[in-house]
Amino acid sequence: MIMFGHFVLLLALFGGAMTVEVLRPRGVPLSKRQFYEENKPFTCLDGTRTIPFDRINDDYCDCPDGSDEPGTAACPNGNFHCTNAGFRPGFIPSSRVNDGICDCCDTTDEYNSGADCQNTCRELGRKEKEELQKIAEIAKEGFMLKKQLIQEAKQGLEEKKSKLGDVQNSKKDLEANVEALRTVKETAEKPEKEAKERHLKAWEEQKAAIRMEKDKARTAEVFLELDDDSDGFVSVAELQSHPELDPDSDGSFTEAEAQGLLGGVDQVDTVAFETVWNNIKEKYVSESNADVPPPGETPQEETQDTTSDNDSENYPDEDIPEEEDNDDEEDDEDDDMDDGDYKAPPTMRTDEKKDEDDEGPMPPYDQETQALIDAAQKARDEFNEAEKSLREVEDQIRNLEKEISFDFGPSSEFAYLYSQCYELTTSEYVYRLCPFNKVSQKPKFGGSETSLGMWGKWAGPEDNIYSVMKYEHGTGCWQGPNRSTTVKLTCGKETIVTSTSEPSRCEYLMEFTSPAICQDPSSIDSGHPDHEEL
Amino acid sequence: CGIISRGYSLEEEEKVEDGMWEETFKSHTDSKPNGPSAVSLDFSLPGVEHVYGIPEHADTLKLKTTDSGDPYRLYNLDVFQYELYNPMALYGSVPVMLAHNAQRTTGIFWLNAAETWVDISSNTAGKTVFGKMLDYVQGSSETPQTDVRWISESGIIDVFLMLGPTPREVFSQYASLTGTQAFPPLASLGYHQCRWNYNDQEDVRAVDAGFDEHDIPYDFIWLDIEHTDGKRYFTWDPHKFASPKEMLQGLMDKKRKMVAIVDPHIKVDTNYKIHNEIRSRGFYIKNKDGADYEGWCWPGSAGYPDFTRPDMRAWWAGQFAYDQYEGSMENLYTWNDMNEPSVFNGPEVTMHKDALHGSWEHRDVHNLYGFYVQMATAQGLIERSGGVERPFVLTRAFFAGSQRLGAVWTGDNAAEWDHLKISIPMCLSLGLVGISFCGADVGGFFKSPSSELLVRWYQTGAYQPFFRAHAHLDTPRREPWLFGPENTALIREAVRQRYTFLPYWYQLFYHAYQTGEPVMRPLWVEYPQDPATFALDDEFLLGRDLLVHPVTEEGARGVTAYLPGKDEVWFDIHTFQKHNGVQNLYIPVTMSSIPVFQRGGSIIPRKLRVRRSSACMEDDPYTLYVALDNRRTAEGELYIDDGHTFNFEKREFILRKFSFTNNVLSSVNLEPDAQFTTKSWVERIIILGASKPSKITLRTSDDQENQLEFDFDASMSVLTIRKPGMNVGADWTVTLQ
Repeated sequence: MIMFGHFVLLLALFGGAMTVEVLRPRGVPLSKRQFYEENKPFTCLDGTRTIPFDRINDDYCDCPDGSDEPGTAACPNGNFHCTNAGFRPGFIPSSRVNDGICDCCDTTDEYNSGADCQNTCRELGRKEKEELQKIAEIAKEGFMLKKQLIQEAKQGLEEKKSKLGDVQNSKKDLEANVEALRTVKETAEKPEKEAKERHLKAWEEQKAAIRMEKDKARTAEVFLELDDDSDGFVSVAELQSHPELDPDSDGSFTEAEAQGLLGGVDQVDTVAFETVWNNIKEKYVSESNADVPPPGETPQEETQDTTSDNDSENYPDEDIPEEEDNDDEEDDEDDDMDDGDYKAPPTMRTDEKKDEDDEGPMPPYDQETQALIDAAQKARDEFNEAEKSLREVEDQIRNLEKEISFDFGPSSEFAYLYSQCYELTTSEYVYRLCPFNKVSQKPKFGGSETSLGMWGKWAGPEDNIYSVMKYEHGTGCWQGPNRSTTVKLTCGKETIVTSTSEPSRCEYLMEFTSPAICQDPSSIDSGHPDHEEL
Repeated sequence: CGIISRGYSLEEEEKVEDGMWEETFKSHTDSKPNGPSAVSLDFSLPGVEHVYGIPEHADTLKLKTTDSGDPYRLYNLDVFQYELYNPMALYGSVPVMLAHNAQRTTGIFWLNAAETWVDISSNTAGKTVFGKMLDYVQGSSETPQTDVRWISESGIIDVFLMLGPTPREVFSQYASLTGTQAFPPLASLGYHQCRWNYNDQEDVRAVDAGFDEHDIPYDFIWLDIEHTDGKRYFTWDPHKFASPKEMLQGLMDKKRKMVAIVDPHIKVDTNYKIHNEIRSRGFYIKNKDGADYEGWCWPGSAGYPDFTRPDMRAWWAGQFAYDQYEGSMENLYTWNDMNEPSVFNGPEVTMHKDALHGSWEHRDVHNLYGFYVQMATAQGLIERSGGVERPFVLTRAFFAGSQRLGAVWTGDNAAEWDHLKISIPMCLSLGLVGISFCGADVGGFFKSPSSELLVRWYQTGAYQPFFRAHAHLDTPRREPWLFGPENTALIREAVRQRYTFLPYWYQLFYHAYQTGEPVMRPLWVEYPQDPATFALDDEFLLGRDLLVHPVTEEGARGVTAYLPGKDEVWFDIHTFQKHNGVQNLYIPVTMSSIPVFQRGGSIIPRKLRVRRSSACMEDDPYTLYVALDNRRTAEGELYIDDGHTFNFEKREFILRKFSFTNNVLSSVNLEPDAQFTTKSWVERIIILGASKPSKITLRTSDDQENQLEFDFDASMSVLTIRKPGMNVGADWTVTLQ
């Protein structure tokens, strides 16, 4: 068993002016000294029992609250007080007394363990003082900057508000302009539409005439081809020489079937053949090119190709979705507006595509029609331009309103971070913090960007809510949550991301310095929390 | 499994079946150059209804009959999210079965490292108690009998029967064949803090500081695979762990330690020294065509050193030398994971059976691979200290004899209540076959525990041999202080209880090292004639003297613990309430309850001054808990040595026997020729079940007599003797008058 001196002589210096000797049991703070009166029975501080004075610090725990062993490790729930002259005094758990590890900078916790402890209090005190000074300086300068930021934010806010007023006024003008141009456009489009329809109708009629001509010629051609004996009639036998015409395609093209095709007679002349031709032209294979399918009977694949060709070449709206990606609202409006103008003619063209080769393209508009179209187009362009300007102004208003109403801190001191981004490059990644917008991570050596969260909210403790930002709903983690980032703000002269880490899977932590979080140095408690031992 | 088992049956005639000469499993082909083979033997165990052992399975302590399903399978596999109450193979295999009835305990050791299946059937299975009674009354009962069939894919029949007849004798007989539990460093019996992964040195520093801030003791912090430079073991990530020695020194300054993982798969990378040396020495396992076997694992393409070769193991051991393993220090220890071996792209996530270890096929030695990995690693840790320091190596795969090499854990469990429950039978089964140093990941590896489950798991783990918290990479952080002050306090208390019992744990492990008896043991081992204990696996004994019934039910308001022993009394270690043996005791519980009982008749030395690590408590005084039995006697032992070297083999230790009889508590030296000195003294003696003495006298070896002060709590019959103060290594008597 090891016995210990119950008392130690503690020397404390007060500002170097006078020296006071304070005698008290080891491990007792000055503030509790009066409870440990020398040679008088000691009552445990929780009042549970009273013990002889020599049981204080005798390395056996008598008091349930551990108060009889302030200087030993005997009580599981005790505390040891380190004076730490030159630095901050403090308590350590009794279990750290004489455990061979130096905890108190004044080495007083290791008085019997053989641990080689050095008194580092003065050094620590000096460092802490320097550190505090540095912090104070930073805080001072930071606070100056912050005041400036507040001023700027105030100005910025005023400017934005006034700009918002201006823009809102210009919006009214623009709206009026849009309405005016809409009327102009509609006025110009009516004669345009009529002229175009006229033109189209004329073209349709012309095409029908051409088609009829062609069909007639073809009928005559086929008649000659079928009329093998050139007797001016197509007979049942002659028809039977074309097995593809077999109506039930059962492999035998009977006489009765051929007769049926000829309208119940044995032979037809050129005039009667016109009716017959209408019945057989879908199936008929010309003798001159028997192995090439007739134009009317395109094989399946080719039909499909044609269809898809039609889609991609002739539907201009096929290209519109790509533009939509860029700006949904604008194009949606475009679509609605343009439907009547652009979509109808191409659709018609598509229907008659296979005829185009035969009949040729639609002839150009006559001068008068073209002039009407040009006039309408100009009106449309002007109208679109005006609408675009209006939308831009509306966006501007939305953004301004958002920015004006955004919570940039009690004095809008964080406003300067808006629409800025700050980067930190680590060994593997480039981290990017765009305050009030998003946080992202990109591999340093190529690879795509991962969202670590979108702006969520201010998330500091109640008394300091602006000290922490929370970004949420980033890219999802495999078998895990969506990534999120906590940004801790500390006072600094510069605005920089100082560190990033991922303390838990997919939960990131970013340290960010900014003058905007700096406190007024005059409002901060300057100095040590506990002066009692100095 | 069905495909693989095909063609094994010995009853088959010479009929060629699919898979006999070459078989495919999913996309894998087993070339089977030696054709179909199997060895098998049936054992009948007349009079036996209870068989145990053949770990590792996530199943009850008492093995089930397998008539209606798959047999128990022994084939070391890296199983992803294993299922409970299932005979499927897991990470390790010990082909040892114990059979027990009230008269006799016996054991079967089927020494075969190939894939092995064990079928169990019983003529009483399915019979109700009433049915059995009816049989008995009618006199028509056949003797209960359990039949066991062992089948191995290759090798010879090599069987050892341990005849007992007592459980202790079976342990001793089996220990004579495969050795006893390695005596671990004392610190490894403390609490281990692990996570996949502690991200970098700053993270390690912060977690270490967190334990001090929250006043929770711990001894080891662990680093999983991410600490390496690209999963190249024996290296450190140059950014995250740029100065490992600095980090290790920081831990050493707090008398704490670290474990870093070293897995046996070696990255195929010509810029990696370990790979180049293994390849140039021809130490890799070969594929069937004679080229180095390559599989896919954490580093990508990886080779697997042939640990069955003594020269390979010697070389591997050499890699742990301080001048080889850069950044290592004496407080860095090792963890062997993935040593089944795990091959991500192999059949059943392991190695092809036709891979070659010299002339042996992998199929012949599969279940031994992990054993040899741990053997070589433990050897390395011994050699690096010049044979002075005891190693600590944790392994996931194991075989019969792995107890000689270190600790085992139950692999990748999950944060579920059933996984907490199964940790008890899993470790009990391992203990029965020699492997005492067993634990489950506290909190559960996969998924995220509720704070209630986490607290209950700490409370359970604190009373299991290997006490380590671990968590998957993708789970939220769960250091003990992250669940609010109340839960932090509950976890702190559980860990502190562990530390107060460290002297007892250490003595139990010394005893296991000496005798092969399990540290954590089923009740039937101590009460072999009490059938009520035969299937209990929600409670257990530590040694003979502590009975633990952890709370493993969600929202539990109470547990019912069976207290065994007709003449025994049991003392609640928290309230000192005395209970009689042979009763089912309902114990109301709160979140702070860990029902633990000390057996009347035992003396347990504890250290109540819990500090931040076990090493900090080395010289601390002891409190002796003397729990009196009905005859007012008690005895116990205390083992002390330096805690970490092999010097105990040179008889540098203290082994004391404490006994209380006729109102005299005495301490005698059980090993008078052993030499060791300790600064520790006896600060307190607490006698449970005592009556009030008038006077207490201490007599020390120099015939000095001192009167001792005491307190007596009449309501609980607890006598507390204040500060007797004698050195715990000395002879003394304390007399109650």
